Amino acid sequence: MSKKVAFLQGNEAAAHGALYAGCNFFAGYPITPSTEVSEVLSAELPKIGGKFMQMEDEIAAMAAILGASLTGAKVLTSTSGPGLSLKQELIGYGCIAEIPCVVYNVMRGGPSTGMPTGPSQSDVMCAKWGTHGDHPAICLVPASVQETYEEIIRAFNLSEKYRTPVMVMPDEIVAHMRERVVFPEQGEIGVVPRKSPTVPPEQYKPYDTSFGDVPPLAAFGSGYKFHVTGLNKAADGFPTTKASLVQAEEERQVRKVDANVDDIVTFEEYMLDDAEVVVVAYGSTSRSARYAVNVAREQGIKAGMFRIKTFWPFPDKQIKALAGKVKGFVIPEMNLGMCSLEIERCAQGKAPVLGIFRVDGEPINPDQILDKIKEVK
Amino acid sequence: MSRYELRFSGAGGQGLITAGIIMAKAASIYEGKQAVQSQSYGPEARGGASKSEVIISDGPIDYPKATSVDALLAMTQEACDKYTHDLKSGGILLVDSDLVTNLPKGNFKIVSFPIINTAKNDVGREIVANIVALGAMVALTGQVSRENAEKAVLSSVPEAFIELNRKAFSIGYEKAMAANA
Repeated sequence: MSKKVAFLQGNEAAAHGALYAGCNFFAGYPITPSTEVSEVLSAELPKIGGKFMQMEDEIAAMAAILGASLTGAKVLTSTSGPGLSLKQELIGYGCIAEIPCVVYNVMRGGPSTGMPTGPSQSDVMCAKWGTHGDHPAICLVPASVQETYEEIIRAFNLSEKYRTPVMVMPDEIVAHMRERVVFPEQGEIGVVPRKSPTVPPEQYKPYDTSFGDVPPLAAFGSGYKFHVTGLNKAADGFPTTKASLVQAEEERQVRKVDANVDDIVTFEEYMLDDAEVVVVAYGSTSRSARYAVNVAREQGIKAGMFRIKTFWPFPDKQIKALAGKVKGFVIPEMNLGMCSLEIERCAQGKAPVLGIFRVDGEPINPDQILDKIKEVK
Repeated sequence: MSRYELRFSGAGGQGLITAGIIMAKAASIYEGKQAVQSQSYGPEARGGASKSEVIISDGPIDYPKATSVDALLAMTQEACDKYTHDLKSGGILLVDSDLVTNLPKGNFKIVSFPIINTAKNDVGREIVANIVALGAMVALTGQVSRENAEKAVLSSVPEAFIELNRKAFSIGYEKAMAANA
């Protein structure tokens, strides 16, 4: 049987991917260039008994999905730069209270309202450092419409598996461009269910680490009662200032991601076997990079691409290994050097890092990357 | 590998992004090729220069934007002035002859006919000027068959407007063939 196909925008694919993953609650506030996610889900969620809520602002939308998630729903919000800034305090709340949720953020020009219809990649640092305090961060950066569909599913799975907020951040080009999407059959891509308590309600503690670094999460309304707070908490969910406990809990929350980077970090290696110049790219910029690498190879230059699919946690191990082998890195990005900083950190001075930074609302074209590849000596 | 680049340009509100989407859908869903459609526009809902780009290829498409345009539609003088700079040598430029009077110079073929007036007078509704233009672009570029393009048009418009769009597409196709003869 041939699979169902459609010609969709990245944002539309994200909405359909969320439905495949079992999303049954969406709250958001419309904002260019991510509004199409709301458009699709406002039509589709009611058909499957799900709930769609347009809130009064982005902060309320973030609060709504956290609340809904605690009742056992699989939740999503979508936004763009200014909305992501507004959501930050509650993203931190989701991290410390360990509430699974997916935040889909389309990167447009910034800061502030910036350039609403222009592409950008300048929110990648905000994905990790936007909310204050030490916390785990997972951020996926798809490069095609099909990948946006699939990465939204992976985001739901990671958020359930590690009981933490997960961000998916396409740039505006990926979010608004249209390509053919081949829909997977039901069951073809795994969907991770939430780990539920195995103890009776009177014994349940929401942060009981005897079950491991990711304790089971009961659904409100299922007979389990527990306390949720943004304060540092003990196993029963009530606030604590006990030093040893606070230290251990903070470390555990971050460890959920740090100890599992090999499970979370994904990337693509393109023509890296003998590459002397490595373009590290993500999102739509990786498509320009692939084009440039192909042209460079035709001209006899040993170029390759390392495509970041998971921006956070960052692929430290892979970049460190490459740094010892190559003559230089080229980093094209639609910001003023965010990924480049990370590459410099990982390269530890072993290879030069050449950036191509563009924030004028235009994509980085293959010629710019090719010229920079030729600068590496 | 074949890579064919089209650009549909004009003013916001003329339906050129829709025309690009239908062209890409015809190639990707009905013709069995690969296609990517992208767009760029300002914050205005109406007016302002707007463009929609379509890349068609037999294989995977990396860079989704135009690098050197094979065929370009310009529905306003502003769009023609702004977006024809990277039209390929030997390429095709289609313009609305009533609205684009100052034509660029270059080694490309220019085809012109009154697209909006054709929609208004021959089809009966100005609103389908984008589909008239699409019919013309399909005829001039030969990247998708007339049948597949028509299927893509008809699957993209509301039931009540199928006949109107079929007529608009057909007249655009024929006008371009005549103008190009």
